[in-house]
Amino acid sequence: MSIRLNLPAGMLLASALLLGGCSSLHSLEPWVKPYERERLADPIMLSSRNPLSAKHFEHVYEVREGARGANGVQGGGCGCN
Amino acid sequence: MAATELWRCATAHTRRVLALLRSHRVAPAAQVLAVLGTALAATEAPAATLPEDQAEAMVHIYDADGLRATGPAVLVRKKLGSNVSLQGSYYVDQVSSASIDVVTTASPFKETRKEYTVGADYLVRDSILSVSTTHSSEPDYVARTVNVDVSQDMFGGMTTVALGYSRGSDNVGRKDVGFFDQARHWRYRLGVTQILSPTWLMTLNGEVVSDDGYLANPYRSARVGGAFVPENDPRTRSSRAVRVGTTATLAPGSAVHGGYRYFWDNWAIRAHTLEGGYSRYFGDKFLADWTVRLHSQGKALFYSDNALVDTVYLSRNRQLSTFKNLGLGAKLTYSAGKVGEYDVKLSAAYELLHFKYSDFTDIRTGNAYALNAHILQLFASATF
Repeated sequence: MSIRLNLPAGMLLASALLLGGCSSLHSLEPWVKPYERERLADPIMLSSRNPLSAKHFEHVYEVREGARGANGVQGGGCGCN
Repeated sequence: MAATELWRCATAHTRRVLALLRSHRVAPAAQVLAVLGTALAATEAPAATLPEDQAEAMVHIYDADGLRATGPAVLVRKKLGSNVSLQGSYYVDQVSSASIDVVTTASPFKETRKEYTVGADYLVRDSILSVSTTHSSEPDYVARTVNVDVSQDMFGGMTTVALGYSRGSDNVGRKDVGFFDQARHWRYRLGVTQILSPTWLMTLNGEVVSDDGYLANPYRSARVGGAFVPENDPRTRSSRAVRVGTTATLAPGSAVHGGYRYFWDNWAIRAHTLEGGYSRYFGDKFLADWTVRLHSQGKALFYSDNALVDTVYLSRNRQLSTFKNLGLGAKLTYSAGKVGEYDVKLSAAYELLHFKYSDFTDIRTGNAYALNAHILQLFASATF
C-alpha cells in the first residue's frame, strides 16, 4: 500500500520528525567537549568583537564595492552614493 | 576520527529518512524539509546564550580625496529576564563631499544621514530568534529594513546554523528636479559555524540579494563621447555571495583569522575578497589586532568610463567598474577594568584603504584614478 502526500502533508510530517528528533543522531557525542572549548570561547576568536565597528566597516565596503553580503552583518540600507 | 564517525552517522541517518519518505511518495520539497527538520532536532545541545548586556559608543571617520563622513554611533543591549534581550542603536553619518564625482560633474555638498535600529532576541533552549528594524534617512533617500534571523546550536554545540531574511523598502528622489521613485530589497542568508578542534573553527556563509526599483543615483552622470548624460541602471538586480572563513589559536592568547568571499550577480560583476588577520594579547590590559583585506572585481555589463554610443543602460559609477583595493588595518583595545558595575574597554581602530581603478579616468589629469581612504574609529564599550 502506498500513501500519497502533498507538500503541506509533507511539511506536517517534517514537523513531526522535527519534534520527534532522531535517535541515531541523539547518540552522537561532540568530539570537542564543552570543557575543551575554553580557548574557543575567548573573545579573541571573534573576527569582530564590536557590533558598531563591524557595521561601520561593512557599510564602508558595501557602498564602495560592487560586491555585497555573506559577511554575517546585517545591512541597514541607505542612499550612500 | 570523530569527524568521520559524525559524517557516517549523518549520511546513514539521511539515507534512512529519505528512504522512509520515498516509500511514502513524499514531494521532493517536503523531503528536504523533513531531513532539515530531523537534523535540527537531532541533539540535545546545551542551551544557547543571549549576548551580554552591553553599551557601546563610537566616533567614526571616513576620509578620502574630498569626501569625509564622520559621526557618532551608540548601541545599548539589555536583557529582560532570562530569555529576551533588547537592543537599540543610533548611527549618524555627517557627509561633506567634494569627491571626484562631485567636483567634475556637480557642486560640493553637505548632508546628514541618521539611522535608528531597534531589535529583540528571544532565546528558546538552543535557538535564538532575532527581529530588528532599521530606519535610515538622509535628504532624498529614506530606507526602511526589517530583519528576521534564527540561529540553532546543534550536535552538542559543535555546530551553529543561522538563517536570516531582510526586507528593505526605500524612497529615493531628487527634490530640485521633482524626481521621486522607490526601490525594494530582499536578502536571504545562511550561515554555519563549525567547531573543528579545541583551537579551530570554521564558518560558511551564503547570501542572496535581490533588488527591484530605482537602483541608480539621480545626481550621477555617465559619459558618452566625452559629454555627460544622466546614468541609467537596470531596475532589477540579483546577486549571490559565498564566504568561507576560519579562525584558529596558534598559542594561548593569540589567534589568526582568514576568509575568502566569491561574489557574482546578473549585472556580470564578479568579485573576490580575501581577508586575513592576527590578534594577540599584550599582558592583561591590551589586545591588538592586525588585518589585511584584498578585494578585486570586474565591471558591470553597462559600465563605461566613456561610452562610444548612448545605450539604454549606462553607468559611470566606479563602484561598478573594474578595480582592486587593499586594506591594511590595526586595532588596539585597552581593558580599563571595572568602573562601578561596568567592565569597560577602550578601543582605537584604523584602516588604510587603497583603491586602484582600471577603467575610471580622472578627467582632471587624464590618468586612471586611484585614491587612499583613511578609516578611523574610537570607541568605548561597557559590559554589565
